[in-house]
Amino acid sequence: MLPELGQFALILALLLAGVQCAVPIFGAWRGQATLIALARPAVAGQAVFVVLAFGLLTYAFVTQDFSVAYVAQNSNLALPWYYRFSAVWGAHEGSLLLWVLILNVWSVAVAAFSRRLPDALMARVLGVLGFISFGFLLFTILTSNPFLRHIPALADGNDLNPILQDPGLIMHPPMLYTGYVGFSVAFAFAIAALLGGELDVAWVRWARPWTNVAWAFLTLGISLGSWWAYYVLGWGGWWFWDPVENASFMPWLVGTALIHSQAVTEKRGSLRAWTLMLSIIAFSLSLLGTFLVRSGVLTSVHAFASDPKRGQFILGFLGTVVGGSLLIYAVRAPRVAGGKPFKLLSRETLLLINNLMFTTAAAMVLLGTLYPIVGEMLDAGRISVGPPYFGFMFVLLMLPVVCLLPFGPFFRWAGADWRAAIGALKPALILAVVAAVAAKFIAPDTSLRGLAGVAASLWVGTGIALYALKRWREAPRGGRYTPEMLGMILAHFGVALFLAGVLITEATSVESDLRFAPNETKSVGGLDFKFRGVQRAQGPNYVADEGTIEVSRNDELIATLHPQKRQYAGGGQIQTKSDIDPGLTRDLYVALGEPLDEAKQGNGAWAVRVYVKPFVRWIWLGGLFMMFGGFTAAADRRFRSLPARDDATAPATPAAPPAQPAQASA
Amino acid sequence: MIGRLIPLAVFLALVGLLLFGIEWNKHHEMSEVPSPLVGKPAPEFTLPLLYDSTKSIARRDLLGKPYLINVFGSWCPTCQFEHPILTAQIKPLGIKLIGLDWKDQPDDAKRWLAQFGNPYDAVITDQDGHAGIDFGVYMAPESFLVDAQGMIRYKRIGMFTPETIKNELLPKIAELSKPAAVSP
Amino acid sequence: MANAALALLLCCSVAHAIDPLQFKDREQEVRFQNLTRQLRCLVCQNQDLADSDADLAKDLRKQVFDMMQSGKSDAEIKQYLVARYNDFVLYDPPFKPGTLLLWLAPGALLLVGAGVLVNVLRKRARQPVAETDTGEDW
Repeated sequence: MLPELGQFALILALLLAGVQCAVPIFGAWRGQATLIALARPAVAGQAVFVVLAFGLLTYAFVTQDFSVAYVAQNSNLALPWYYRFSAVWGAHEGSLLLWVLILNVWSVAVAAFSRRLPDALMARVLGVLGFISFGFLLFTILTSNPFLRHIPALADGNDLNPILQDPGLIMHPPMLYTGYVGFSVAFAFAIAALLGGELDVAWVRWARPWTNVAWAFLTLGISLGSWWAYYVLGWGGWWFWDPVENASFMPWLVGTALIHSQAVTEKRGSLRAWTLMLSIIAFSLSLLGTFLVRSGVLTSVHAFASDPKRGQFILGFLGTVVGGSLLIYAVRAPRVAGGKPFKLLSRETLLLINNLMFTTAAAMVLLGTLYPIVGEMLDAGRISVGPPYFGFMFVLLMLPVVCLLPFGPFFRWAGADWRAAIGALKPALILAVVAAVAAKFIAPDTSLRGLAGVAASLWVGTGIALYALKRWREAPRGGRYTPEMLGMILAHFGVALFLAGVLITEATSVESDLRFAPNETKSVGGLDFKFRGVQRAQGPNYVADEGTIEVSRNDELIATLHPQKRQYAGGGQIQTKSDIDPGLTRDLYVALGEPLDEAKQGNGAWAVRVYVKPFVRWIWLGGLFMMFGGFTAAADRRFRSLPARDDATAPATPAAPPAQPAQASA
Repeated sequence: MIGRLIPLAVFLALVGLLLFGIEWNKHHEMSEVPSPLVGKPAPEFTLPLLYDSTKSIARRDLLGKPYLINVFGSWCPTCQFEHPILTAQIKPLGIKLIGLDWKDQPDDAKRWLAQFGNPYDAVITDQDGHAGIDFGVYMAPESFLVDAQGMIRYKRIGMFTPETIKNELLPKIAELSKPAAVSP
Repeated sequence: MANAALALLLCCSVAHAIDPLQFKDREQEVRFQNLTRQLRCLVCQNQDLADSDADLAKDLRKQVFDMMQSGKSDAEIKQYLVARYNDFVLYDPPFKPGTLLLWLAPGALLLVGAGVLVNVLRKRARQPVAETDTGEDW
């Protein structure tokens, strides 16, 4: 009975989404306040029913109701209770419902925190969100209903895929979706602005905190996914340029360009067309990603089950939303370049270059991801595009960004004193070069990559530290760092950490497949690994062979690791669970292979893979700093105040004097 | 105005590409990788017979008449599905059928053939998989159509179905009397 | 046909491919690791040869190892595999007519974008900046 209630809730949500979409936008068009006023209640109503539906699905999992087909496909009696919650989004139908739920959470937040928005704008924003929700609910109900029954009810279900039985899975999809889906808010604001014909840029100020928060969540989601892949998949890698990973990375790249472009448009009034376009593209890539993962058009390690019919539906929806928005843009985007003028050497120019590089990078990833399809169309055979392509191209495109990054804060708006900027950054350059040279002397066989990593991270990190120092010295007390500025400092510092992590780990990681006899010690990466044999271990729904490895340096024990080889009760699937000793300066990583001694089986020699990975944690530490930067910037109070009609919003005429002095430096 | 429409145009091209992708996906197996050996001479091999390991067949022994090599294994579930089709639809075509028992134990293979029947004119074994690598075999079942001069004319990845026999194999067999198109 | 796909999927579990091989020295081991990471496993097509646990992957790793021991270069080993398994076995798309678009498009896009940018910047630079606009605002 309850699953049927869930279906009914979805249908009601669909109807309310339809109301939320059509009525307020019509009302805004006609200037009818009563219709506009329906927006918030519609949002609330829809959210209630979506939460209800999601709650009922979760309940079905927790109570192990195997009469619901989706529950039976993704959980079984042996599944520990905490994984029953995350199993809800373990496959296509449930993850889609999660998507809709998160969209509703964002919509409610926008509706609740936008009291100061002009009514017509708010109505259009909520209306666009309603349209998106309508499409996804329709898709869910028509093709991906999670509440379908399996009659007769099964006694027990399939197991949840073992690699999904992990704390990382509980966090990664919700955080990722929160980010992905959150770009719909920036999208909604942009479309609302276009529909309303807003010539001024007040809407960007409203949109900025939402966009920064969405970006921060997406950064978190991607970092979590990378970290999870690292310790679960156990191949020592943290990014594989897999189509599904790329599907989340493309919105991130465009989102990064977007948050910077929004800053320019909000403060200076320029780059309006870029900001509008990037808002549309970021969310379009989110939708595209949703399509790619579920349509079966690309093979991937973690694509959901494919179905051409579903693929066609999403493609149709994608076409409508994106095509429609690009059409609206073509018709209504500002024709004249607005905002305050700026010289060639200025912060505006740097951010314009930033926009270009990140957008090109996203286009490159899109091209590479979709190229196998192009290859088939050109009848050029199976074309394989993998890390050698993506990694190479990405580094090439990001090189200018890394070089120019520290100049950003030092270049003023309108016209920069570039000599002063170079002077200010000299220490960073010197430090970077000296450190790279020193590294070459200390460890002569460090590759070029490793040296580049040292130099790049010190260049960026010192650059931002120098700016923070400059602010400390020059700005008045109490007004040194606005949250926006602090956010920028944190995020850019995160970039430095990330660069260090990636390049140094790549250059200095050591990996070895070894044959260990019991109590044998082998040396890897300057450390001694002693194998203490293998024993049987028992888990809630698996049995395992558990190995013990002691790691020492100069006879001093620094870690004991217990890698396992698990066999799950449900499907008999074998999973290698590696064990990691994490550290800020290095990770020690061990995975158990097969017993190599036919005669002695478990008591003889075993194959073991050992990794020593210096600085790998800095990759995700960098991601975390970027995320904190995004949240901090969003907290700036200036976004919540009514924008004054100062000249940031006036069209570009050189004669316009500033209306209020120093308004922007609050 | 034109400049403004460029993003829309690019997007429409993208949708076209993805539509093509969905359609293509319906009719093709994503995991199929076309073989570079089609149109080239079959690789050299000398493999022992399953039923008499003292004797073996080499590539040159098979020259002069076309033949179909079918790669199978007793461990391969799909081969069981293909087996009756082999027996009922391909054997009657009259072409020489060579079974290549790939990465398998001879006893298991003999038992499997005893259970399901043996449609092959001869069965050779490749236990370590080396010949398989030379043929570019990456799964079972796979089949290779080789002409009288020893050139590979056609490779089937995955099991034969009545449709693929009719649409792909039969035309290729008909072409056997003509010389092979040499591939670059 | 669906059965073939299912068979492929089932084998690509999350068990590890750990093969201790007797390398001549550390340098050869690193070379082996780098090379096998550039090769695709055709059975588990989203894993590289270094990580795949498929039977064929084990055989091919042994093959690569043997070829290395007998003095073949990386290029020769790749050529050996491509001749049998198609370009698809390489993760790096070779520079062929079919992949021209792939390798050249990003650069072309960048050039076009840069050109547009320069154009826009020139137009902007013609507008004089107001005297009172110090650009000091954050």
